Amino acid sequence: MEYFIELFFSGLTRGSIYALIALGYTMVYGIIGLINFAHGEIYMIGAFTAFIVATVLSILGFPALAIFVIAALAAAVWSSAYGYTVEKLAYKPLRNAPRLSPLISAIGMSIFLQNYVLLAQTSDFLPFPQLIPDFEFMDSIAGVIGSSDIVILITTAVVMVLLTWLIKYTRIGKAMRATAQDRKMAMLVGINVNHVISATFIIGSSLAAVGGLLIASHVGQINFFIGFIAGIKAFTAAVLGGIGSIPGAVLGSFILGLTEAFATGYVSSDYEDVFAFSLLVLILIFRPAGLLGKSSIEKV
Amino acid sequence: MTTDTPILEIKGLTMNFGGIRALDNLDLQIRKGEIVALIGPNGAGKTTFFNCLTGIYKPSAGELLLTPPGQTTRRLNGLKPNRVTQQGLARTFQNIRLFPNMTVLENVMIGRHCRTRAKVLGAIFRNKKTVQEEKEIVALAFKILEKIGLADMVNEFAKNLPYGAQRRLEIARALATEPNILLLDEPAAGMNPQETAELDNLITEIRDDGLSILLIEHDMKLVMSLSDHIFVVDYGKKIAEGSPDQIRNNPAVIKAYLGEDV
Amino acid sequence: MISFKDLKKAFLVALWFIFLTFPIMVIKVNPFERTIAWRWHNMFYVAAGSFILYLIGRLFLINKAAQQERMKKQGIKSVPKTDWQQRLLTEPRLFIPTLGIMLVILLVFPHVLSTYQVNIMITALMYIVLGLGLNIVVGVAGLLDLGYVAFYAVGAYSYALLHLHFGLGFWTVLPLGGMLAASFGILLGFPVLRLRGDYLAIVTLGFGEIIRLILENWNDFSHGPSGISNIPRPGFFGMEMTLDQSIMYLYYLMIGMVIFTIFVVNRLQNSRIGRAWFALREDEIACQAMGIDKTKTKLTAFALGAFWAGMVGVIFAAKTTFVNPASFTFLESAIILCIVVLGGMGSIIGVIIAALVLMLLPEYLRAFSDYRMLVFGGTLVVMMVFRPQGIISTVRRTYTLEKKPTIT
Repeated sequence: MEYFIELFFSGLTRGSIYALIALGYTMVYGIIGLINFAHGEIYMIGAFTAFIVATVLSILGFPALAIFVIAALAAAVWSSAYGYTVEKLAYKPLRNAPRLSPLISAIGMSIFLQNYVLLAQTSDFLPFPQLIPDFEFMDSIAGVIGSSDIVILITTAVVMVLLTWLIKYTRIGKAMRATAQDRKMAMLVGINVNHVISATFIIGSSLAAVGGLLIASHVGQINFFIGFIAGIKAFTAAVLGGIGSIPGAVLGSFILGLTEAFATGYVSSDYEDVFAFSLLVLILIFRPAGLLGKSSIEKV
Repeated sequence: MTTDTPILEIKGLTMNFGGIRALDNLDLQIRKGEIVALIGPNGAGKTTFFNCLTGIYKPSAGELLLTPPGQTTRRLNGLKPNRVTQQGLARTFQNIRLFPNMTVLENVMIGRHCRTRAKVLGAIFRNKKTVQEEKEIVALAFKILEKIGLADMVNEFAKNLPYGAQRRLEIARALATEPNILLLDEPAAGMNPQETAELDNLITEIRDDGLSILLIEHDMKLVMSLSDHIFVVDYGKKIAEGSPDQIRNNPAVIKAYLGEDV
Repeated sequence: MISFKDLKKAFLVALWFIFLTFPIMVIKVNPFERTIAWRWHNMFYVAAGSFILYLIGRLFLINKAAQQERMKKQGIKSVPKTDWQQRLLTEPRLFIPTLGIMLVILLVFPHVLSTYQVNIMITALMYIVLGLGLNIVVGVAGLLDLGYVAFYAVGAYSYALLHLHFGLGFWTVLPLGGMLAASFGILLGFPVLRLRGDYLAIVTLGFGEIIRLILENWNDFSHGPSGISNIPRPGFFGMEMTLDQSIMYLYYLMIGMVIFTIFVVNRLQNSRIGRAWFALREDEIACQAMGIDKTKTKLTAFALGAFWAGMVGVIFAAKTTFVNPASFTFLESAIILCIVVLGGMGSIIGVIIAALVLMLLPEYLRAFSDYRMLVFGGTLVVMMVFRPQGIISTVRRTYTLEKKPTIT
């Protein structure tokens, strides 16, 4: 039973991280209908920035809490900057191009960013400093759920609430929803669609950066390639929930996280990634609209 | 000019999108060599009707029966769009859907696809049959383009044609599939009066070749001058049918177009 | 031309990129020795690079706008411009000698240069065929296949395994590998080809990764990550060959393969099937309304593309005499896609040039080879933004009426 609970929490933790990344996919897809293939790389850059900043600060002798806060902020700021720049360079010029052009451009961006980090930094795995301390009050249940799991779960929950509030009640949130429904109409009623799209990329990227920081600190190591698999899995989660739907992305992430945790815990970990890929292929074939998405009819 | 069995008979066609009934129990017949118009206000369900007929949408209920001259009746329900075309129904689109980066001639040649056979191996080895077939495709495409009046633009990209010519190219492409019935979705939209007059002649000529034509159109002058029979739909329901004269004086039609108090 | 405003903007762009790349380009930490290296020179490169690249991009856009303006003024009849490439392709007087010279160079090549160079050339030729194969799927039929490498893997492993278990030779497996890959293509294509373009891309990517992961994990079947070795090179009527000879033989075999592929692809593109592929890329719904069976047409393109990947896979296994899953990653698919995109979707000559450039440049410019993948990724973006039609755009065949058609 204890093992089951342990797996359950490890699944929730995985799911939280997937959710933080999947939200970026789903929001961008909702607004401009693009599978932002480079999103996994934005997450990787977030983790790398956090790694660099945290290591520098720890060498300079900053206290742990300050390191955590500054590293998180830096990760969010730089990831957003990268997300924003990638959109401006690789997607914005292709707003009216055939549907596959921005996707190819996104794939190019993903490969570019991977190799950029590889060349500017290193191809080795790097030890990520433990930013989340082991809390004393957690000692009694540490075998089942670790301190970093708790922090990840709480952070994710807070972020979700903030995001929901942002989308439901703020001006930019309303503009985002309007643009997602009908871009032309949104333009006509005076919404600056370019700003809305930029904002979407910035929000999505900072969520991914938070995910990157948390998981890197949880796992304890990073390298330039972590974005590819994490990106594909988060995308799977987004599609599972229904791409374009924000609650769908969260639901899909937790389902994927939990099933992965149980499958690797009880069956075998050899085929861990095969499982996610097969799930992706199967959903797209049999229910491309996902669990919460709506299937759309093409207008003729 | 008309015979007794309708070449196309539609009974009780109904189409629901979720809770919305876009088409409600529509009946319609077309005889050989007839020009039939389908009119109605915007959003009345005319294009939906075409999409149901050509297999792009699956109708929720109703019968679509095709009886080509001298052949047995067959159902078109549930056939894929390409099968419907093969049965002898060809269409044009309201928002022109040509193959923009192919030449005018190639656009028409595509229309021959469903009437020709060449397979991969034939294409690679270019056996006699394939070469002959290819020659016939080119010759027929030229012939159709001459008839339509685009013969001097055969090697131009479709996207570079002026608007009116693009509409006519769509008709040419549809004719290449050798249809019994030609479905035209607002062919005069965006045309100037002279182009519309030319279109009037063209449609008459196509009818004189023995085709039946089903026309969706907003240009009432064109509709009234061309049609043998007119159906009027509003909110997915048929509200009137008859000859142009009958329709012109039908109070229900006037109400649908101009509102209550006229 | 470039205005003061552009310079100011370029300056701001440079500042932005300095900020953007600061942590990753400038700082390098060593977490083990706890040291920090500040690489300020990188900041200078980033600034200068982004400043210049911005201005080049601006110039390009200004030129493009001016060109469009000119075209508008001249009216619409601007398409049949007879520039050198089109003339080279359409006038037999020009392209037959060019082809002849190229063929002679290709045939003499292995006798003049070292085995090492020949080996590189074989690889480049393999990528030409892969590019042409993927070009059928992506360039002509417009189906973005991100798992193309899976079919390549099927070919390579079918030679490795069929040789290992049944002792089959190269020439038997060559068509067999192609057909196996094509069957895989049909098997996969059947359920997925009705999906919309971007979903299709992701599904094929997933499929490619699944194949690789299975090859990596299913030890009994594929010998896992360590792969299968001792695969024989192609034989020539049982003749004994030295290593150099067999490499030269493989080279000529590849030349033959390339010519065969060009011949077939060219004929296919100008056929009923080829036209249907092009039309499918342009507008699926109109295509169906014209009586084209969407699924069947897509499936043919998919299977044919896979067939070529399978055959090259067999040749790959024979060339390296060793296969393992590491050769069949997503990046491999991306490289082949890059060849198609750079060359020009649907353009045979373009794909050949792109394959040669992308494969040979990193080999001969050693300084460049580290940046290979960076450049490939960048190429995809730049081509999509600035020249989506590729270096050589597709030339549509023009027709003239042979004789007055008999009017019936």
